[in-house]
Amino acid sequence: MSSTNLDQAGAASTPAANPARTNSSPVTRSAGGPTSTGSSTPPSRSSAVRRWWARGGLSAVVLAVPAIVIFGYFSWGPIIRGVVMAWQRTKLDQPTTWVGWSNFSYVFTLPELPQAAINTVYFMGLALLIGFPVPLVLAVVISSLRTKRWLYNILSYLPVVLPPVVAILLWKVFYDPGSTGLFNTVLGWFGLGPFAWLNSPDLAMPSLVLESTWAAAGSTVIIYLAAMASVPKELYEAAELDGAGIWRKIWTVTLPQIRGIILIVLLLQIIGTAQVFAEPFLFTGGGPANRTITLLMLIYNYAFVYNDLGAASAISAMLAVALAIISGLYFLATRRWSR
Amino acid sequence: MTALESPTTDTPVVGKRTRFHRRPSPETASGLVSDLERQQPGVRYALRTVQGLVLVALIVSGAGPLLWLVKSSISSSADIVTRPMSLLPTDGFQFSNITEAWTRAQVGRYLLNTAVMAMGSLLVTLIVCLTTAYVLSALRPKWGPVLDGAIMITLFVPGVIALVPLYLTVVDMPILHTSLLGNYLAIWLPAGANAFIILVVKRFFDALPRELFEAARVDGAGSLQIFVSVVLPMSRPIIGVISLLSVIASWKDFLWPMLVLNPEQQPISVGLANVAKNSPINVQVASLLLAVLVPVFLFLIFQRHFLNAAGLAGGVKG
Repeated sequence: MSSTNLDQAGAASTPAANPARTNSSPVTRSAGGPTSTGSSTPPSRSSAVRRWWARGGLSAVVLAVPAIVIFGYFSWGPIIRGVVMAWQRTKLDQPTTWVGWSNFSYVFTLPELPQAAINTVYFMGLALLIGFPVPLVLAVVISSLRTKRWLYNILSYLPVVLPPVVAILLWKVFYDPGSTGLFNTVLGWFGLGPFAWLNSPDLAMPSLVLESTWAAAGSTVIIYLAAMASVPKELYEAAELDGAGIWRKIWTVTLPQIRGIILIVLLLQIIGTAQVFAEPFLFTGGGPANRTITLLMLIYNYAFVYNDLGAASAISAMLAVALAIISGLYFLATRRWSR
Repeated sequence: MTALESPTTDTPVVGKRTRFHRRPSPETASGLVSDLERQQPGVRYALRTVQGLVLVALIVSGAGPLLWLVKSSISSSADIVTRPMSLLPTDGFQFSNITEAWTRAQVGRYLLNTAVMAMGSLLVTLIVCLTTAYVLSALRPKWGPVLDGAIMITLFVPGVIALVPLYLTVVDMPILHTSLLGNYLAIWLPAGANAFIILVVKRFFDALPRELFEAARVDGAGSLQIFVSVVLPMSRPIIGVISLLSVIASWKDFLWPMLVLNPEQQPISVGLANVAKNSPINVQVASLLLAVLVPVFLFLIFQRHFLNAAGLAGGVKG
């Protein structure tokens, strides 16, 4: 993947730091280094111990304990268990038993599963359709500013800092289906509506996507801006000498130069939107007529409402595998462009 | 793409003009639109129009909802429901909404819970991430790359796979066989398993001058001592960034606390969902306003840190 300044700064500092370390502390490298052969001291046991000590020794182990315990309990453990559980029958009040593939075959008989999968894909697609171009356009415009950029930055990032629940509940008020609802009032000025928004089977999902795009676009804008700032000015100057206008420079310099970041952001957005939960949960509860129920809501329902953890794990595992496959294909498909 | 790092950052721009600014602006426009192009009237007006339109759109979408929230939090229910776009409350200001939200709807307690959640999560995050980054970046034991890889791979695992088993872990902790349900530890401890923050801190430690560690070691300081007396004092900037990220994350957290905490322990996000079910609309809106005050003010005060962290996220992901 291509990278921004930050990446390069990090990568550059590490190798630079290494020689400094070896030079100033001969203790750490004496055994393997060329100096040790000169002084004819064989790599002894004590030097190995000293090297171990200089690398932190026991204290390195002690300092790594918090990470090992916390990650072991709350990250590595659950990830492994999540995979294993898909083949187990797990209920909170009963002993766990192995059940082979029956969780999966059971899950495929659920009437909500196809609907939830379709809804999730629909959400992902709409979120890409709206959520991809908007931040890119904003970032291009903001990057052309010479003053007041801070104002644009703050305004575009402000929705990101709001807690999602606040944003959703606020938009729920805006989406009031009555003719005096906020959005219906504004659209009414132009002779449109009133729309039923969240109560309409067809409009409910686009309404969810609209809110989540509004809530997320700001952070993508800032990421794109950081990437655009690292595009060398010489490229623009060269393009201009070749007679390129602004529009052409966007297409031939800006976008190709930041394509690595764009591709990564897109993939992260796909992965993120595949796991959408708060929006359907709080906006519609999955309705109307299951038109907004998503896979994660289904997982939530099976795990924490119906106490069927095996089914929930099976859906989780399938979603995770699907995402892994999508990511893999995505990397293969974009490998040619990303460098 | 290392060629991009050409050391020509300070060369004077072609066609430099003397500009009378209070201070040299740190924000330089990207080279997308050149000075020459800016002098063409057509380009200038088109640029201004586009920038102006975007600004209006951003004000409406970015500041608009917050301003509406401020106005509506002191409006009557009838005003909120039937006249949402009036500029001022027509039924007069109704400040009782705020006090009612704070006490009757218990937003005050939810906010206090959120603060408790945030502080504990921050503490655990700091302990885990600073020590781990120090081990991986400064001490570099032989087994470091293994630990590093094991941590970084969690960045790429979709969170959904771990949700149910994480809940089971908290219900019945392996080996210890205790339940953390209804205990803030169920929030605080998992918060420490944050590979992204470890990555950020590692980058920061990598950039610290290594001679400092060596000097301290020559002076006879042990690894722990160096960590406490050399590394931690120098980490203040990164600790600030982690604190902001951690506090905002606690304000945003919804599903996990809803699953593992008792009703009276819930943070603001879950609290608001309850308020939305049980309170009249004017109290709901006032509660929403109270809930955004802390994140919005933190953002406005520390906006540079927020935006840097957001840009950093892109750099890390790239």
